[in-house]
Amino acid sequence: MAQIRNTFTIGGIHPADCKLSKDCAIEVLPLPEKVYVSMAQHLGAPATPIVAVGDSVKVGQVIAQPTGFISAFVHSPVSGTVKSIGPRPDLAGNKVNHIEIEVEGDEWAEGIDLSSELVSTLPEDNAVIVERIKAAGVVGLGGATFPTHVKLCPPPGKTADILIINGSECEPYLTSDYRIMLERSSEILVGVALMKKVLGVKQCVIGVEDNKPRAIESLNESLSALQTLGEAYQGIEIRPLLKKYPQGGEKQLIDAVTGRQVPSMGLPIDAGAVVQNVGTALAVYEAVQKNKPLISNVLSVTGDCLPESCQHNYQYRIGIPYRHIIECAGGMPEGAVKVISGGPMMGKAIANLDATTQKGTSAVLFLTEEQTRRKSESACIRCGRCLDACPMGLEPYLLKKLADVSDYAALEENAIQDCIECGCCLYSCPAYIPLLDIIRGAKADVMKIIKSRPRE
Amino acid sequence: MSSTIIWTVVLVTVLGTLLAMILYVVASKFKVEEDARIDEIESRLPGANCGGCGYAGCRAFAQSCVEKGNLDSNYCPVGGNEVMKKVGEVLGISVVAKAPMVAVVRCQGSCQLRPKINVYDGKLSCRVKSALYSGDTGCSWGCVGCGDCVSACQFGALSMNEQTGLPEVDESKCTACGACVKACPKSVIELRNKGPRSIRVYVACINQEKGAVARKACQAACIGCGKCAKECTHEAINVANNLAYIDFTKCKLCKKCVEACPTGAIQAVNFPVKPVKKEENGTN
Repeated sequence: MAQIRNTFTIGGIHPADCKLSKDCAIEVLPLPEKVYVSMAQHLGAPATPIVAVGDSVKVGQVIAQPTGFISAFVHSPVSGTVKSIGPRPDLAGNKVNHIEIEVEGDEWAEGIDLSSELVSTLPEDNAVIVERIKAAGVVGLGGATFPTHVKLCPPPGKTADILIINGSECEPYLTSDYRIMLERSSEILVGVALMKKVLGVKQCVIGVEDNKPRAIESLNESLSALQTLGEAYQGIEIRPLLKKYPQGGEKQLIDAVTGRQVPSMGLPIDAGAVVQNVGTALAVYEAVQKNKPLISNVLSVTGDCLPESCQHNYQYRIGIPYRHIIECAGGMPEGAVKVISGGPMMGKAIANLDATTQKGTSAVLFLTEEQTRRKSESACIRCGRCLDACPMGLEPYLLKKLADVSDYAALEENAIQDCIECGCCLYSCPAYIPLLDIIRGAKADVMKIIKSRPRE
Repeated sequence: MSSTIIWTVVLVTVLGTLLAMILYVVASKFKVEEDARIDEIESRLPGANCGGCGYAGCRAFAQSCVEKGNLDSNYCPVGGNEVMKKVGEVLGISVVAKAPMVAVVRCQGSCQLRPKINVYDGKLSCRVKSALYSGDTGCSWGCVGCGDCVSACQFGALSMNEQTGLPEVDESKCTACGACVKACPKSVIELRNKGPRSIRVYVACINQEKGAVARKACQAACIGCGKCAKECTHEAINVANNLAYIDFTKCKLCKKCVEACPTGAIQAVNFPVKPVKKEENGTN
């Protein structure tokens, strides 16, 4: 058996923690007058709207259905009237179909359990669990927003023997997962037990980085309380992991927890593992036990330029414009020059504040001029720091050189398609070469070439 | 002392003769028969090896000309009709002259006309920038201004105008090889007919947004109003997806559309300037 180090073996970096909002309890974000619900809130094909302009909708009602196998249902986050359906720029400015709903009251659809009582008895039938997860439009909330029901049904011939739950929250600044682990640990554990039951695995490990001792404590307490209830909660373990970025990456977490390596271009299932986020576990719990679709999630509003009183962890509904969140949090802070949706490492800069929150939004982060300024680029001195930092064991300096001359064959040979775009190379480069920008572009080209090949 | 020199001269001469004989035998024995016309065509080509013809270089182009035996699908954009005529002479066929083409930048979104709504500070590359997001202006269609086309041009025909932030084509240097067209991730650059005395009319906008949205983002945007198409008597203008396009094979350069356009999206270039005083005489 491979040696277990409680962190991943190759590469990684140690950026400053900056968990400024970790002591702010989750608050409910007030609703705006209008919401704009994106049809592309998940990986895969955008959903198809099934409501018409003028329809009145209730909270939790289905407003769009999946298009194809890898896609997900979208539900109305508010009650009100559908005002328009059409393309609208998302946070990167690209046009995506949105449903505009004018908010009137807060009337929920029938059959949704809104009580906060913990339901710990699991349904008997696995098919029922998967069907409810699918119907609730649950997607992975760790960042990639991959439809969860697809992940819980491994393709024929492949089996998982371990379920890994990602509670590492390795990105600096983000505290939303931390807060739900503190405040809603029992619900998360029921969600974990549900997924464990569906997969039929005996072992489940919840990996939490050791900079969150209170979260580990809270999960352990809830777990020992639940374990007295029955068989379903046996075999779950909470494992403290050594802090290192990008521990939350699927392949890194599998390595950290089991010591197994996912093959190049492979999926976690090829290493016998399924990885889900703690946020997803909570969404699964609400979907299966409370019949509540995924229309809300938790995000942090944080940044160095925000005073302590303005740091927040909000429970938000999908489809809320970022502008509204910033107003609720006390307006645009002084000194902020860049607003990021997500963490500083993998988040996306918001080019358009009228864009709206999605299922997977994890933070609104403000960066200052000093933090965002790019230092001038100089020549590569072959120091090899990017090699040491790359968690996938790639050679970023080489990929950059090959990308400059568009040598796609050599790029593929050097496994550019395995890049997880974590930004460790860029973070560690002393010459400030925008390695990730260049590699990401070349990776997209190589992926296009690979996908255009005839399948065997 | 002198004998050493003599011996050296003799030895080198004998050795040289021997080696020359070996080389002669090898050369005649392993000679590769190649069509002499390939060399001849290659010598007449510009030798830029730009790939504008679609082949790997000038020699590959010459080979393909000889193999095909006709020039129907082969054209050297750099050399133009003059060179193609010479190539035709080698192959003994007459060449139909093609209208010369030129690269045209179909965007007028300068900093004044198309205000910036955010700041981009990433890698200065159009490809990287456009893959990340829709760009730093309200228009997600037009030029992103990082100059990928300038670095793609092997003939120095493109340059960034620092005032407008847009690339400019030097018509005297442009060979219409199409390298810039391929390099532009937004497909802003098009190869168009150069026109008589370099006179041409084109729509300098590719924004397919609805009129109001396009106009809000850029004052010089085509709003798809269709006035130009109504004005055109040669059916050269087609308005589709809120965007007008002038078919250069039909355009008679009457400039009626230019006057009709409310936003100035239609550009007429290289028309002779009418001297103000002599207007009535109708000079030129």
